[in-house]
Amino acid sequence: MKRKNKEQQSGAVSGGSLAAKKTGLSRLIFAIKTEPTLYLMILPVIVWYILFHYKPLYGILMAFQDYSPGKGIWGSRWIGFEHFINFFNDVYFTRLLKNTLIISVTTLIFSFPAPIIMALLLNELPFKRFGRVVQTISYMPHFISIVVICSMIRSFTMDTGVINQFVAMFGGEPVTMLTKPNLFVPIYVISDIWQELGWNSIIYLAALAAVDPQLYEAAKIDGANRWQQLCAVTLPSIVPTIIIMLVLRMGSLLSVGFEKVMLLYNPGIYETADVISTYVYRKGILEFSWSYSTAIGFFNSVINFILIVVTNKLSKMLTETSLW
Amino acid sequence: MKIKESFGSKLFNWFNVLLMSLITFVTLYPILHVIFASFSDGNKLLAHIGILLWPIDFNFDAYVYVFKDAMILRGYMNTIIIVATTLVINIILTSFAAYFLSRKQAYGRNVVTFFMMLTMYFSGGIVPLYFTILDLGLYNSWWAVILTSGISTYNTIILRTAFVSVPDALVESAQIDGAGHMTILFKVVLPLSKATLAVIILYYLVGHWNEWFAASIFLRDKLKRPLQLMLREILIESSAGEEAGVQADQAQAVSETVKYAIIVVASFPVMCIYPFLQKYFAKGAMIGAVKG
Repeated sequence: MKRKNKEQQSGAVSGGSLAAKKTGLSRLIFAIKTEPTLYLMILPVIVWYILFHYKPLYGILMAFQDYSPGKGIWGSRWIGFEHFINFFNDVYFTRLLKNTLIISVTTLIFSFPAPIIMALLLNELPFKRFGRVVQTISYMPHFISIVVICSMIRSFTMDTGVINQFVAMFGGEPVTMLTKPNLFVPIYVISDIWQELGWNSIIYLAALAAVDPQLYEAAKIDGANRWQQLCAVTLPSIVPTIIIMLVLRMGSLLSVGFEKVMLLYNPGIYETADVISTYVYRKGILEFSWSYSTAIGFFNSVINFILIVVTNKLSKMLTETSLW
Repeated sequence: MKIKESFGSKLFNWFNVLLMSLITFVTLYPILHVIFASFSDGNKLLAHIGILLWPIDFNFDAYVYVFKDAMILRGYMNTIIIVATTLVINIILTSFAAYFLSRKQAYGRNVVTFFMMLTMYFSGGIVPLYFTILDLGLYNSWWAVILTSGISTYNTIILRTAFVSVPDALVESAQIDGAGHMTILFKVVLPLSKATLAVIILYYLVGHWNEWFAASIFLRDKLKRPLQLMLREILIESSAGEEAGVQADQAQAVSETVKYAIIVVASFPVMCIYPFLQKYFAKGAMIGAVKG
């Protein structure tokens, strides 16, 4: 009985090494034959990704063409990097790049640290039940649709809106704020903090909850006060989370919340509000410059990809925390 | 041994409670303002200066108007149909993908993971997607909106993590009883991952309920439009006209109270659901950030 078992085992081992010698494809065919249902389950998923992600990815080729829908990708004329060069020479190029960077860097400076501070303060609250109520309410704006958020912003910032009533109370001149180019970025950033503060603090709260309580006990025995505990225990334990979030954020530095800009801006304030993604939309969908628009979008995602790879590498070198 | 709290520590506690109360008020007030204004009398609301702490001349006029508006009701129905269909597809595709990725015997799952994750960093952009929809013959059909949000990689990763934590012994004993993969998925693995499933359904639901952009480029017929797109027309485009200095047509202009009532009616369903799932959010956020 024992011997038989051993034989079976050695048989299995040699079978395993034989399988390892086979190519990936034949192993896949073998796996599909033994587990057909499993592969039938993943099939529709793969088909979906091909149709709705990889087919459009392939469509990026039109950025290097003078694309016409009748001829398709195969029939259209290839023109190389002409659209990219045209974009760099576009009268709006500097304005678009400047606006995109200003909006996203300002958002980064103000609305990235805000949830971290919020989480730290919530964590220090003496009454837990009160903390939970604050949390529930702070998530609320995240669930309101962007169309509704923007219509609220519009109505509050109108010359007759609530905000202007306060301005008037303190002797200011009420204005429809979204017609003033210099007010667009503050409106965008402040409303962003309002909407996402609570929601973005969730991840830091989760990281804070995972801190070993023994660390605090040890710090207390060493005579550390609350501030010292914060610096020596709390902050170091959420640094990896902060870095991961920062790397992810860097990857979207050139992708400003496009729907929000679209719902808030108007031609009168394009000089501060028009960003790359809204320009891509107007060129591609409203003005039918398909290839040109795709080229700009492609340029945008390449920069984003480079940014995320570089920040990830930097963070790996400096802090040994990385996404991959 | 209990160390006596220092004066500074106590002071900080009070300051913290005060600050959190202030943040809560600032977060909540705009929403309350909308609700109060929607129950107010239109003309008196216009004349009112300062913050609203209660509806002025409490009445339901705006709501009566909203529920009589054929376009809004139509949009509501359209959204419900689109969201329900998309959710069914989401649940099936996401649980199939998460199940496949969580099985050790699934050869090639690393390749599939990479294949799915790549799309989080690279996408074709609006124009190629638009032509894809045209090529597939989906233009001006609800299917364009439904199918473009068929599955989310992020949600799949969250659900896979839940599936992986289902004990192997349970799966194996089901296999010994002769259960196939479908039975294991729907009778063993999914029921044990209910909490995570509920959270990703909420994520999907909120995303679809609030979606307007895909619908704005893929749907031509006004009658097919979902609620959010109708809202955009009523709430945003009408005021955009005013900003540009064009006086809106009196017949088309919608009074402020009605606008606020529409906002309440459109946001109410989602507002009611999320507090019940709140305790699971932390888990989802953690997994998404680390693996995403």
